[in-house]
Amino acid sequence: MKTAALFVLVFVYWLLHQDFWFWAAADPLLFGFLPPGLWYHGLYTIGIAGLMAILIRYAWPHRLERESDSE
Amino acid sequence: MNPAFFVFAYLAVVLYIGIFAFRRPHPSGAEDYFLASRQLGPAVFLLSLFGTNMSAFTILGSSGHAFHNGVVTFGLMASSSALVIPVSLFLVGPRLWALGKKYGFMTPVQMFRDRWECGHIGTVIFTVQAALLVPYIIIGVMGGGTALQAISGGLVPYWLGGAIVAITVMSYVFFGGMRGTAWVNTFQTVLFLCFGAAALLLIGAGLGGFERAVEQLRNSPALAGLLTRERVPPLFFLSYTFIPLSSIAFPHIAIFCLTARHMSQFKRTVIFYPLCILAIWLPCVFLGVMANSVPDVPQIQDKIEARQTLAAEGPRLAPEERGALRARMAADDITLLLLGRYAPLWLAGLLGAGIMAAVMASDSQILALSTMFTEDVFAFYGGKLRFGETVQVNTGRLFVVLVTVFAYVVALQYPASIFDLAVQYAFSGYAAMSPLLFAALFWKRSTKWGALAVTVWVVVAVAGVAVFQSVVPPPIGPPAVIWQVGSWDLVSRTANGTAVLGLMPVAPMTLISVLLMGMISLVTRPPAMETVERYVR
Repeated sequence: MKTAALFVLVFVYWLLHQDFWFWAAADPLLFGFLPPGLWYHGLYTIGIAGLMAILIRYAWPHRLERESDSE
Repeated sequence: MNPAFFVFAYLAVVLYIGIFAFRRPHPSGAEDYFLASRQLGPAVFLLSLFGTNMSAFTILGSSGHAFHNGVVTFGLMASSSALVIPVSLFLVGPRLWALGKKYGFMTPVQMFRDRWECGHIGTVIFTVQAALLVPYIIIGVMGGGTALQAISGGLVPYWLGGAIVAITVMSYVFFGGMRGTAWVNTFQTVLFLCFGAAALLLIGAGLGGFERAVEQLRNSPALAGLLTRERVPPLFFLSYTFIPLSSIAFPHIAIFCLTARHMSQFKRTVIFYPLCILAIWLPCVFLGVMANSVPDVPQIQDKIEARQTLAAEGPRLAPEERGALRARMAADDITLLLLGRYAPLWLAGLLGAGIMAAVMASDSQILALSTMFTEDVFAFYGGKLRFGETVQVNTGRLFVVLVTVFAYVVALQYPASIFDLAVQYAFSGYAAMSPLLFAALFWKRSTKWGALAVTVWVVVAVAGVAVFQSVVPPPIGPPAVIWQVGSWDLVSRTANGTAVLGLMPVAPMTLISVLLMGMISLVTRPPAMETVERYVR
């Protein structure tokens, strides 16, 4: 169940990469010079760090780590 | 003073770091030379891994691509990599590391041979991996020659620039092995992160502020589209997210996963990796787009003019004239041109050194190829048993020299465009080979015949796309449909490549690889259960 939920989370995040709603938009500009094609994907990239933290929290192979530590 | 002197000073520092700075008094055999004794610390592991993934294509190519295609370059290449690379690294890296430590693997092919109980199929995988890696190494030498020539204002000719870069890389890979290469990559990444930010601020000030430059683009009907993503179709954008799957399948990345001192190092790496991508790519892409607003650099104006001429008159021109316009449009030097215009000499030199750092990313590939040859061929076919480990390491060093000399000679003989294309094919090829790693580590039922089917399919598909693109000339304007089934445009030739159902070829290539691995494995005999259980539990 947990694996399936994480799989869905990554898939949804991948879907968010396809931001067709901003496709032809040059506005709004962030800081007066960053168009959506840059600021949306900049924020998206920062969000990936959070996504990875969630994956580490819930899907890290602890057993494998314990085994390699004990060797 | 010529900015190239700063680059020479930088190369001297790189040589020192690579050869002497972190050398151990008593190096201990192949594992020390090829994998730094699996003892790289967390910071070096992250920065070096990131530096290894940055190449001439990443830094120079991203600005050049953004110059002609606009802000779409960031979403297309950077944020997609920022998602796919850490996720695939998270899934594969720790498992690969643990298996490597437990069973002494030094290359992915060693693991495949053990996992699927095969010998010669491993050799086939090695051959395809090596063939796809060579163009990447050649392009690194070419990038070095081009960058040094541009930075020195022509004082250092292309052949000499390429030779200087090739000798520098060869020397620290030869003497320093993985430890030297990793520390050089770390130094290079830090340098680029620091000076990249300085370049952004300086060029911004030189343009009179980014707000003004953006306003200028918005007010120009010919350039306003660069601030949107209308120059790239959404399906192409979607299928580009398959390309970063190549990263984990690249042998130099998979081998690098084995160098960490501790498995937990992957945690910090996958969290910081996207942030590093943001820090490097956002300035590169933004500056590439902003270069369109620079009025007083003749080379930049010439590129814009060539682009507009091709768009307006392309269909009426002869193929040679179109080729000449495309050559004038080549924009990989756009960052260097901006630096030459807006940065003071000393900073242009240092930034040029930073760009050289990215260009010289071929070091990891050369070392990986040497590791693969000595482990997957020399040791596998009895060389290590017969001649011992010292001869094995020296064979690896000899291989480093031979590969570098070969890359340099080829770089002098052939135009870069051939290898630019080959590298694009290599990315698609490696992405389509990534199911091998996932199947080996996560699917009990996978077999060596499934792995062979995937490998053969990759060869056929890459060769097929290459032949198709050489036979069918690129259209001017909208894609030319070559094969239509009903209302479906199955295969089209686009201005920059091929589209299959509107997608980049890498998407169907990878999906068919997955299907082949599944279907062929299900109808063939799996390895013994005790073998499988060592990998998938």
